[in-house]
Amino acid sequence: MSAAADTGPKGEVVLAARNVAKSYGSVHALKGVNFDIHRGQVTTLFGENGAGKSTLMKILSGVVQPTSGEIILDGEPIVFASSSQARDRGISIIHQELSLAPNMNVRDNIFMGREIMTATGVDFAEEERQTRLLMAELEEDIDPLTPVEELRLGQQQIVEIARALSVNSRILIMDEPTSALSASEVEVLFKVIRDLMNRGVSIVYISHHLEEALQITNHAVVLRDGAMTAYAERKDIDLEWIVRHMVGDNFDLGSPPTGYDKGDVALSIEGLTVTDPGGAGYSVVDGLSLSVREGEIVCIYGLMGAGRTELLETVAGRLKPTAGKVVLKGRDVTGQSISACIRDGLVLVPEDRQRDGLVQTMSVGRNLSLASLGAFTRGLFTSTSREAGLIGEAIRKVHIKTDGGAAPIGSLSGGNQQKVVIGKMLATEPEVILLDEPSRGIDIGAKAEVFKLLAERAKSGLAVVYTTSEVGECLSIAHRIIVMRRGRISAEFGPDVTKEQIMAASGEAVHAH
Amino acid sequence: MSVTPAIDTKTAVSGGKRKKSLVELLFEGRAFFALIAIIVVFSLMSPNYFTVNNFLIMASHVAIFGLLAIGMLLVILNGGIDLSVGSTLGLAGVVAGFLMQGVTLPQFGVILYPSVWVVVVLTCLLGAVVGAVNGVLIAYLRVPAFVATLGVLYVARGIALLMTNGLTYNNLGGRPELGNTGFDWLGFNRLAGVPIGVLVLFVFAIACHILLARTAFGRWLYSSGGNERAAELSGVPVKGVKITVYVLSGICAAVAGLVLSSQLTSAGPTAGTTYELTAIAAVVIGGAALTGGRGTVIGTMLGAFVIGFLSDGLVIIGVSAYWQTVFTGAVIVTAVLLNSFKYGRR
Repeated sequence: MSAAADTGPKGEVVLAARNVAKSYGSVHALKGVNFDIHRGQVTTLFGENGAGKSTLMKILSGVVQPTSGEIILDGEPIVFASSSQARDRGISIIHQELSLAPNMNVRDNIFMGREIMTATGVDFAEEERQTRLLMAELEEDIDPLTPVEELRLGQQQIVEIARALSVNSRILIMDEPTSALSASEVEVLFKVIRDLMNRGVSIVYISHHLEEALQITNHAVVLRDGAMTAYAERKDIDLEWIVRHMVGDNFDLGSPPTGYDKGDVALSIEGLTVTDPGGAGYSVVDGLSLSVREGEIVCIYGLMGAGRTELLETVAGRLKPTAGKVVLKGRDVTGQSISACIRDGLVLVPEDRQRDGLVQTMSVGRNLSLASLGAFTRGLFTSTSREAGLIGEAIRKVHIKTDGGAAPIGSLSGGNQQKVVIGKMLATEPEVILLDEPSRGIDIGAKAEVFKLLAERAKSGLAVVYTTSEVGECLSIAHRIIVMRRGRISAEFGPDVTKEQIMAASGEAVHAH
Repeated sequence: MSVTPAIDTKTAVSGGKRKKSLVELLFEGRAFFALIAIIVVFSLMSPNYFTVNNFLIMASHVAIFGLLAIGMLLVILNGGIDLSVGSTLGLAGVVAGFLMQGVTLPQFGVILYPSVWVVVVLTCLLGAVVGAVNGVLIAYLRVPAFVATLGVLYVARGIALLMTNGLTYNNLGGRPELGNTGFDWLGFNRLAGVPIGVLVLFVFAIACHILLARTAFGRWLYSSGGNERAAELSGVPVKGVKITVYVLSGICAAVAGLVLSSQLTSAGPTAGTTYELTAIAAVVIGGAALTGGRGTVIGTMLGAFVIGFLSDGLVIIGVSAYWQTVFTGAVIVTAVLLNSFKYGRR
């Protein structure tokens, strides 16, 4: 492939940060970090959101300049004025947020900004050929001429990786590359990473999937509050070591809440069928039935494309079912509008908080109060004091770390933003809450907090349904674990199930190691 | 635990911070300071500029653009654009003129002379209908706002021309024996020395400010302009909001049409041509983001006054109309530059 071979001795430090610090105004994002990248090996950076991982990666890739300290490339101090300078020296970064043009096809995205030119214009045929090679190497059956917007999120991530690979990178920084990938796609990615390592490419890896990262990494670096708290080689550490250094103390994702009686059936889904909203004609949810009782927590596990999101969106009123019923507390709410569902106490926390959850132009407080405007509107006008009360209560109840309701939403960390989305829906005082991948892209401490919060609410009678694509998260607070596969329930387990059983039922390729 | 360091740093950098906040204050109030600067410069250049009478005359010019800009602000907050307001203004004037001339009903052999209030209500209704057409095209038929309102721009202008055959309705004064006098009240009369048109503008501005700041609808509008998907999933009736803003924009245009034809006591089918662009400029100078979700009525009013006071000032000091166009353009571009600086910083 086109990634440049780096022929120096393996394991040698190619890129290093020495005493790198970065301040944004009065906020110290990084406080004098030392960090080494070893040739032909994977160095994983662990840390909670806000620990400074992304800032460090932006400095190494030239996106931002450090306030103090230096970057050493091949033994010589270097200053990158821009990310393109860093790229010219062989350092590429794949950002957590995808940076593809959805309206353009895969080929044009991969060659965007560095089109292959001939005397008569762009050599589309050559670009297409190289794209096909890249896709073959990534074992991904994506046609170069497919518009990116028609790809699933996981496939879009593969395109992003292909683009980074195509620019002769010898140091590749991957910020959460697997957060949208299914287990089989992750396998493919890891295979690609191993190939790259053999060719001398050095990789920096950031992930919230700790177990996954441990599979691939050679070195582990842990950041906490902008400082490096630990470094070790893979052979010397385990999961518990990482978590201990990340959060500072022991934690777990919780266990199913007990000690109370579950109530009547709160939500009952009967033979629900949903045709693919993309217009492909098949059923993404296929005659699915499920009932959830008051105070019960149900986890839905499935691979990408199993129909989890479509199921939740249909129940919450976003999509219309082609057949079947949704019954809330004995009342048929099938096909009701979203606002009617919210009024009746059936709410959805969407998967993609940036796209579907938050209004970036509004403050933390206004985001929190958005779904419960009616609660503080008297006659025509909203009441400022009632709203402030509602916002204050939401911030307290969901434990949002913020300077107050007036702070811009962008000032919060990912985990706190997620809590805003959850807090917004909880403020409507629902009977049933559906959460689509509530833990996506948030750190382990925030995950534990979110689950604890849901467990508490369940004790007071809230019916909770959440989806996940991390097996570890099924085995936390859920009383019942539903495995979805191709729009149907393929298995149902109690909380004492093993990870292997869940993965087998989801159709995940469990490789013999 | 997060509180303590925040306090520490605040005291440590307070000197630098105070200075920064002054810069920020100047930046936040840039439309206001631009307006002050315009008034000061023109007052120094012409003794006639800084007089109460001149301000009132200029304000009644601003009233037309200001009314259009209020409607435009609502649409832009929603993330849309309404290019049809200039034509709607023209059509509203023509329809008002047509009604004032008397409506012949051949079946009954009578000519109806509706009273001025009926004319006003019917004209506003017409504006609402034009807006509703825009809204339905955009919200339900998914026509891009730019294209839908561009089409309506042509259709409304065409209808206005057809109705008058390209001519202008004069004599909108009405006749006492027919009981339809008073149309010129909007344009000529004054309450406590202030032209009615200016008062109408302020009433609309205050009503719109309350709508945005203190009602659930205001919150719906800001949220659906900021992120329509998130707003929809939070239970906001995004389609209803969309139609409503275009209806309100149409009504604002109709009222502006009434004020203008009353000021001129005539209604021409070409009145208001390119006014939609001035309205957009006022909204943008007032700091609103064309991507939606950000903007205020106060800013938009300042933007309208900046444009109005600038172009009238240039007339007063005798700068040619061609240069006026250049100056206005430069002000708009500067405003957009500052906006992109503001929203691009984070």
